[in-house]
Amino acid sequence: MDTLNNFWSVYSNLVLTLGTNALLALSIWLTLSCGMLAMANAAFMGIGAYTSAILTMTYGVPFPVAIAAGMAAPALTAFVIGKPTLRLSGVYLAMATLAFGEVVRIVVLNAESLTGGALGLNGIPPVTQWWHVALALVLVLLGLWRLRRSKVGRAFEAIKEDETAAGLMGIDVQAHKMLAFVLGGAIAGLAGVLNAHQTFFIGPNEFGFDRGVDILTMTVLGGINGLTGPVLGGVILTILPEALRAFGDFRLVVNGVILVLIVLFLPKGIWDPARFRQWFARKGATA
Amino acid sequence: MSATPLLQLDGVSRHFGGLKVLQDVNLEVPQGGIFGLIGPNGAGKTTVFNLTTGLLPTTGGTIRFEGRDLAGVKPHEITRGGIARTFQNIRIFKEMSLLENVMVGMHAKLRYGGLGLLASSGLFRSEEKRARDRARELLSWVKLDHKGDDTADNLSYGDQRKLELARALATEPKLLLLDEPVAGMNSTEKTDLMHEIRNISARGYTIFMIEHDMRFVMGLCEHIAVLNFGRIIARGGPDEIRNDPQVIEAYLGREEDEASNEGAAA
Amino acid sequence: MLEQQLVNALSLGCVYALFALGFTLIFGVLGVINLSHGAVFMVGAYAAVQAMARFDLPLWAGLLFAFVFCGLLGLLIDFLVLRPLRARNAPHLIPMIATIGVAIILNNGIQGIFGAENVRFPAGVVSGESLDLAGIHLTALELGIILLSFVLMAVLMVALKRTQLGRALRAIAESPKAAYLLGINVEGLFFLTSFAAAALGGLAGVLIGLYSNAVFPLMGQPMLHKGIAVIILGGMGDIRGAMLGGLFLGFAEVLSVAYIGSTMRDAVAFGLLFLVLLVRPKGLFGSMQERKV
Repeated sequence: MDTLNNFWSVYSNLVLTLGTNALLALSIWLTLSCGMLAMANAAFMGIGAYTSAILTMTYGVPFPVAIAAGMAAPALTAFVIGKPTLRLSGVYLAMATLAFGEVVRIVVLNAESLTGGALGLNGIPPVTQWWHVALALVLVLLGLWRLRRSKVGRAFEAIKEDETAAGLMGIDVQAHKMLAFVLGGAIAGLAGVLNAHQTFFIGPNEFGFDRGVDILTMTVLGGINGLTGPVLGGVILTILPEALRAFGDFRLVVNGVILVLIVLFLPKGIWDPARFRQWFARKGATA
Repeated sequence: MSATPLLQLDGVSRHFGGLKVLQDVNLEVPQGGIFGLIGPNGAGKTTVFNLTTGLLPTTGGTIRFEGRDLAGVKPHEITRGGIARTFQNIRIFKEMSLLENVMVGMHAKLRYGGLGLLASSGLFRSEEKRARDRARELLSWVKLDHKGDDTADNLSYGDQRKLELARALATEPKLLLLDEPVAGMNSTEKTDLMHEIRNISARGYTIFMIEHDMRFVMGLCEHIAVLNFGRIIARGGPDEIRNDPQVIEAYLGREEDEASNEGAAA
Repeated sequence: MLEQQLVNALSLGCVYALFALGFTLIFGVLGVINLSHGAVFMVGAYAAVQAMARFDLPLWAGLLFAFVFCGLLGLLIDFLVLRPLRARNAPHLIPMIATIGVAIILNNGIQGIFGAENVRFPAGVVSGESLDLAGIHLTALELGIILLSFVLMAVLMVALKRTQLGRALRAIAESPKAAYLLGINVEGLFFLTSFAAAALGGLAGVLIGLYSNAVFPLMGQPMLHKGIAVIILGGMGDIRGAMLGGLFLGFAEVLSVAYIGSTMRDAVAFGLLFLVLLVRPKGLFGSMQERKV
């Protein structure tokens, strides 16, 4: 029992961060599963973080309400910018959402009276418990798992493969893309809320381009073909910087090298059921 | 003869920049039966389908389905309204199984919503079962049910076309648009598909097909229209078309194969 | 004074244009959004500073060194990372993610080697002289930037429009397969483009480093963001659009700082970008033609 307590006091933050990173990876996975590379999820995380932090800090709002608000605010934002933005495809969508993310960061930077500007918000009540994160992760995973096995999941897959053909199957492509985008935003917001109330401090630079890139890396690395991949990616990329501490200043370089290697050699990410099947089939043949 | 044609194109034209892809096209596809649209390559046949399914807007004229004007109606709404199509260059979803491909076609017909899906309600489960069963049934119509759970990326050309057909049927259309359904098939496969299309027609679906293979078209279609350089140059039953001098000239001037087919069939 | 601001805007805009040109070349010809272009830009600045500080070289030599060094770097990136992805026909977002990895390597590598603080060019490399034209004050640096940029842009435009090489590049931009079938050495031209684009980027890095007198590891990131804004403003893959877009952004930024205030300066690029994407996604000059692959 003692060792458990010790472990927890040292690593609790890491485990909680692991959970929120997994949520973030899942949020981007959701939009990817619909064929969209939307790079705004870091900004949505930020909107969720700031909204909930302002509510709990300034207005003493109970945590569950803050969570709800922290999910609703980015979802609403996603809905508003989604309408014009989701018409764009591929590269243009990625760029537009990236641009939006930067705009959010700059607005936060400048709205000092509300957000504390460059200094960020300090003294957020540290109310996140491990079970909050675990519960959130489980619920999100369950919801996404059900989604995949339903007509909505099939519609997403169809849209990802061939938008025009999907439309001609009677699927309202724009509505589905909006659903993926908004839901992804809500999940990212949830991660933002949980994270903000764990680290007691948030600043605008945590939610910019670099954060967005981190999240994308987690998902691509883990594997985009299912739900395990993003979670795995989140775990690995949370632990990796810790594990790479030995490299000192160059640990991020190693990070980058790993990313490039994964893209080059494991195109579908680490967790690729198809590759495992092939691998096992070969082993079975020689056994 | 039915009173209102199922699909009616009235003076339809489609220009693209200076290029006149279709000019003053008048066509009526009657309810029931099999209608064929033929013409040399580049005549504009697929464009007719693209206009009908809402992928492109017309530059002039109207397209009416069951009497309703289709102008401005989005593709997914047109499908929900009862028009389904297959594609010349096959657009199946390669990373899904055959069963899932067909189930996608049923998207609009499944009656559960978000809440039911999340809670795995009774309605969700029964509708999913219905979708699965129906998909298997449709695959059996085209004799692909034994491959239901295979991924669609390894299918032969002929099987891919059959899958597209089953998927289109899943949308429960009134009008089925088939774009070159037998292109790339060998003669056994063509004969098979001919039977299957006849069966489908017998079940009450109206079929509108674009094809190059003259024997196939003459063997199946009751009404035929001929498109050349974006204009309809002939209309009628197989015999009339076969002997129409303009049609013969249009094909002679373009493809040797078609001309020799004509000679053999006449 | 407005005229003075215009000069500032012109010099800034020229550098933005040079950066955007490299970026657009890679997108237009190779079909890749190269998110390591900002890092290469930064490496150019460091390369010049190092060469000039260690070997006591004059400015033109530093510029040349940065040009060649970054060109080779671009070539290396293409050979090691982009070429294998081309060979297996990866969907276009995959190479983009790979370039993100390259950027991380370069940014953090440089930081690890040289530290995160600001580095400056050796004193006195740029002559302190200035020109007074019709009441406008033009420093030697600004004049140099403007002249150099215009010369490079002119050379590029002529090369693309009037030479066989330029025609080949435009053919590849339209459709690599068709170009290949026409006997064009597509792979070789990909290498050339990677070299040229990175070289231009590195050059831009030196110029900005001189202009703002600050060279630091993360200087490429905001530049990258603006580069993205520029090429979308100008129309992706369109060379003329990149140049005009860069100039336009330079003007928009300087004028907004002068008349609105400096804090929102970076937001200008993105706000504009966002608006343009909504209203006219193909940009001011581009066409939304998907490459025929």
